[in-house]
Amino acid sequence: MLAQIRNNPKGRSENMDLYREQIIDRYKNPRMQGSLDPHDYSYEDDNPLCGDRIRIDLRVDEDGRVTEAAYSGEGCAISIASADLLVESIVGKKLDEIRELGKQDVLEMLGIDVGPIRLKCALLSLKVLKAGIYGLDTIEDERTLE
Amino acid sequence: MLGPHVKVLDVEEIREQFPVLSREVRPGTRLVYLDSAATSQKPKSVIQAAVSFYEQKNSNIHRGIHRLAEEATQAHEDARQRIADFIGAKSARELIFTRNATESINLVANAWGRANLKSGDLVLLTEMEHHSNIVPWQILAQEIGLQLEFVPVTDEGRLDLEAYKSLLDQGPRLVGIVHVSNMLGTINPVAQMTTMAHEADALVLIDGAQSVPHMPVNVSELGVDFYAFSGHKMCGPTGIGVLYGREALLEEMPPFLGGGDMIKRVRLDGFTTAEIPWKFEAGTPAIAQAIGLGAAVDFLNEVGIDAVHAHEQRITGYALDRLSEVPGVTVYGPELAVRAGVLSFTMAGLHPHDVAQILDDDGVAVRAGHHCTMPIHERFDIPASVRASFYLYNTIDEVDLLVEGLHKAIQVFDI
Repeated sequence: MLAQIRNNPKGRSENMDLYREQIIDRYKNPRMQGSLDPHDYSYEDDNPLCGDRIRIDLRVDEDGRVTEAAYSGEGCAISIASADLLVESIVGKKLDEIRELGKQDVLEMLGIDVGPIRLKCALLSLKVLKAGIYGLDTIEDERTLE
Repeated sequence: MLGPHVKVLDVEEIREQFPVLSREVRPGTRLVYLDSAATSQKPKSVIQAAVSFYEQKNSNIHRGIHRLAEEATQAHEDARQRIADFIGAKSARELIFTRNATESINLVANAWGRANLKSGDLVLLTEMEHHSNIVPWQILAQEIGLQLEFVPVTDEGRLDLEAYKSLLDQGPRLVGIVHVSNMLGTINPVAQMTTMAHEADALVLIDGAQSVPHMPVNVSELGVDFYAFSGHKMCGPTGIGVLYGREALLEEMPPFLGGGDMIKRVRLDGFTTAEIPWKFEAGTPAIAQAIGLGAAVDFLNEVGIDAVHAHEQRITGYALDRLSEVPGVTVYGPELAVRAGVLSFTMAGLHPHDVAQILDDDGVAVRAGHHCTMPIHERFDIPASVRASFYLYNTIDEVDLLVEGLHKAIQVFDI
C-alpha cells in the first residue's frame, strides 16, 4: 500500500488552471501597483483569514471619471492579479459604471472560474473599490457583489 | 530518539484503520493528509462506536429507568472514566465534557472567572496562544475590567521564561498557557511554568488541544488547575471536548450554563446544582461523541501514545531536513527536541494560499492562513503561513510528496 503512495504525475489539472500565464504574470509583474497622493478616493480592506490586504487610490475628474488608479497591498496570486486587472480596467470609466461591476466581470478578466474559498481572494479588490466609492454598507459580503 | 521501551509504529497497519486515507482526492490522486493539527482523521473503531451507539443503545442519559437509558448512561460514563485515566486525572469527577477546547476555556473564563476575578485583576497569557485562549479573556476583560498581559515569544519560537518570571511578580490571578503551539509546534515547559505560577499564587489553565493527541500528558503530575482539549484532534468525533479541573476548584465554582441535567432540584424560587462534573453539563450532551472519544482513547492506548510521539518526532525531524533543502523556505519554531509535529513555514515570493493550492493539486492537504493565531503571525511579521502537521498515520513518503509539491510551486511561479 505504501509503495503506491506516490501520486500519478499529471499535466495541468483543474486546479492548475488557476495559475494560467496571465495570472502569474500579473502577480510577478504588476502594472498598476503604487499609491496616489493626493487622491479623491482611497480605501483599504483585508481578508484576515488569508492575510490579504489591498488598498486602492483613485483620482476622479469633475465628470466623475477615473483619471488615475493605483493599488497597494499584499496577497496571493489570485487577489493580486485580480486587483491589477480590475484597477487597470477602471481607468477612464465613470463611477456610475464602476457601480455596475460585479463578480462575473472580475472572473472574466481573470479568465478562470474559482472555487468558493478562493472567490474571496478574487473579489477582495472589487470589494475595496466599491466600498471606497460607495461605502462599506453597499457590500456586506461577496454575495452582494454578484 | 526512540527509547528502549517505545515500540515502533506499524504505520501501514495503522493507515488501514483510517478509511478516508485510502480515498482519492480526485481520480488518480490519492490523499496526503498533512492537516491533523486542524482535525485528525478517524479510525474505524471510533466511527463504529458512534454507529453502534445509535444502532443499539440510543437513548438519553441520566434519566429514564428503561434498559436503553441505563446502557447509554453506562457507556457515556465509562467513556468519561477512560478519558480521565488517559490524562491521569485522579477521578472522573474532574472531567467535564464540553463541545471542544474552546468551550472548555470559555467555561473557565465564565464560571471560575466571573466568580473570582474583579476589576484590575491580572490574567497572564502568552503570545503564542490560539485565539481560543485569548478572546474569552478579552471578552471578560471588557466586561469587568481585567488586565491582560502576554508572555513574549523569543525569535526561536519559545516562551521567554525570564519575562515570564517578572510578569509573575505582577501577581496574576490565573496563567493560561498553550501546551503545544499549533503554529510554532513548540512544546512549552508547562510543568516548570505551573510550579512557578503556583509559587506566585496564580492558578494555571493549560490549552492541551495539540498535546493530548500527540504525547503523554498527566494532569495530576503536571499539577495544573485546569486543562482543556478537544476530541476531534485525537481521532475522536467533532462536537466533544474536555475540561479537566481540580476537584476542589470545581466544587467551589458556580455552574456554567443552566438547564436540565446540571441541577439537583429546581423550585420556582431557585435551584440547587448537581454534583460535579454534571454541574457543568447542562442539557442533553453529545452522547455518541463522548462514547466515540472513549473509543479514540482506547485506540491511542492500544497504539501507545509514547510510540505516537516518537513516530511524529521522526517524521518532523525528516521534514525539517527536507524543508531546509527547498530554496526560499523559512520554518518558524524551535529545534526538534522541543517541537511537536507541526511545521509552519513561508516561501519567498509565494503566498501561502498559492502554495496550498498547488499542493492540493497533488492531493497534499495542508493549512494556509493564520491558523487562529494572528498575534503570533504578527510577532514574526508575516500575514500568513503554510502549515504541515503530522499524526500517527503519516509517512516519510508523504513528506517527500510535500517537498516535491513545494518544488513544483517554485516551478509554476518561475521563482
